[in-house]
Amino acid sequence: MTLPVIEPERDLSDVPLAPPTAGNGLLGVLERRYLLRLLVRREISARYQGSFLGLLWSYVNPLTQFLIYWGLMSGLLQLHKQVQNFGIHIFAGMVVVHFFIETFGAGTRSIVRNRSIVKKMAMPREMFPVATMLVSLYHVVPQVIVLTIACLFYGWWPTPIDLVAFVLAVLLIGILGLASALMFSAANVFFRDFGNVVTVLNHLVRFGVPMIYPFAIVQERFGEAAQFYLLNPLAVAVLLMQRAFWVGTTPDPAHSLATDMPDHIMVLGVAMVAFSVVLLLVSQLIFSRLENKIPERL
Amino acid sequence: MTTSIVCENVTKTFTLRYHRTIKQISVAMARGEETSRTMRAVDDVSFTIEQGESIGLMGLNGSGKSTLLKLINGVMRPDSGSVLTRGRIAGLIATGAGFHPQLTGRENLYLNAAILGMSERETQRKFDEIVEFAELGHRLDTQVGHYSSGQNARLGFAIAIHVDSDIFLADEALAVGDKPFKRKCIKKMLEIRDGGRTLFYVSHAAGSVRKMCNRVIVLEEGRVGFDGDVDEGIRYLHYESDDEEGAADENDVEEYGDEDTGDDI
Repeated sequence: MTLPVIEPERDLSDVPLAPPTAGNGLLGVLERRYLLRLLVRREISARYQGSFLGLLWSYVNPLTQFLIYWGLMSGLLQLHKQVQNFGIHIFAGMVVVHFFIETFGAGTRSIVRNRSIVKKMAMPREMFPVATMLVSLYHVVPQVIVLTIACLFYGWWPTPIDLVAFVLAVLLIGILGLASALMFSAANVFFRDFGNVVTVLNHLVRFGVPMIYPFAIVQERFGEAAQFYLLNPLAVAVLLMQRAFWVGTTPDPAHSLATDMPDHIMVLGVAMVAFSVVLLLVSQLIFSRLENKIPERL
Repeated sequence: MTTSIVCENVTKTFTLRYHRTIKQISVAMARGEETSRTMRAVDDVSFTIEQGESIGLMGLNGSGKSTLLKLINGVMRPDSGSVLTRGRIAGLIATGAGFHPQLTGRENLYLNAAILGMSERETQRKFDEIVEFAELGHRLDTQVGHYSSGQNARLGFAIAIHVDSDIFLADEALAVGDKPFKRKCIKKMLEIRDGGRTLFYVSHAAGSVRKMCNRVIVLEEGRVGFDGDVDEGIRYLHYESDDEEGAADENDVEEYGDEDTGDDI
């Protein structure tokens, strides 16, 4: 027996035929902000699920690292004699370094971790790295508050240029972290080795930036070659953070600017933001190329 | 009539890798064994489905039904050819919903609904209805990872069926449900069909396909083996003998259809 075709309730004749996968990509993520909000909220609660201290870990972690670096560098290497307010110098850098490391590390694993959803539901898969970046950004907020309070104690008061430097640093790391996470999250589906590559890279990040040592040392040792050191966008972001917070706490900011900051740090910052935007576009292209094979390889 | 799903020469190739580590690959290459092989899961499939049609997608295990469903649902993109759909799509893919095992049923409900395109307000409006349909009771606030496969499928089906979709994809998720739940699903799916939405139903049960669908597509090793009338399709698959034997699963649907939906058909 054959059933008659039933006349539809909803007239769809003016809805266009479209590929069911349409609307993907980072733009698709922006269009679906409600879903993104849910994912971010979920990620925040799920990251430390099953642990007793929970969210506190995201403060214990940087705090212990800070104490180790500070203790080691000033106790053993006596760097605090060379750098004024060495604690602020380290912490200002660590805020953005941590922001990057968390975005890169967790973002790379984000698609594999959410495989149960990725395999069966149609949605822009860029959603997961973006959500991870936003979660890491959320964790930056209290660290910046702690940093601000500490700086106020040292008699620092933000100037407009400090604020611009701070915004540039966060923007730079946010875009750069997202670009790296996007590229590696797709690659990680094909070879889980990339998760380990990221761990290695993250180790390099901590020592490749002028966080636990002053930029003055780099200039002193490398002389002219120091400009190549500044090709590292993370180093520029750390310097921007120190420009925003640390410089103002030193007794003679003009002197600190001259000795511990490269020339034209703000221009360099803007250039690096532009560079990371380009990198983000490249990552999106790579991601789209790899995306086709993601569901079957998970 | 408005077209609902248009597939043109859709092909999806999977690469099967036998070895994944450097060590394994180099050993295999030294021995002259092949390290990977490609397989066409869906091979040059073309069909057009009008809005309001209800399609029974049949075929043996491994014939490409789930892959085709994933292509229509948008989880996968075809390697060549094109899949075009009109309107919102909802449904279950390859047994069970895409849930996050560490989240509670409630959290997954919101997340899943959002992925299917529901807004926050729409989800809240339908929340009670979905929970009631899923019959999870107090388990709603426990982790989905602890659910049984039946409970998992229940929640997934309940969410998907309450989305205002234009195309509904149903897979064999129903197979894990118990008898009362299965009846409820069939009833709901008949409502969807009678509402004139496009229904895409994957099943091995000739009886339920006969009750539910007005067209059958049979896949054979990724190719369309048959496309047309329901009874002929079932005969094509040599499934008709099952009807007489009366496999347990089918009888449920069979009985149900006779009792409650006789007048519809």
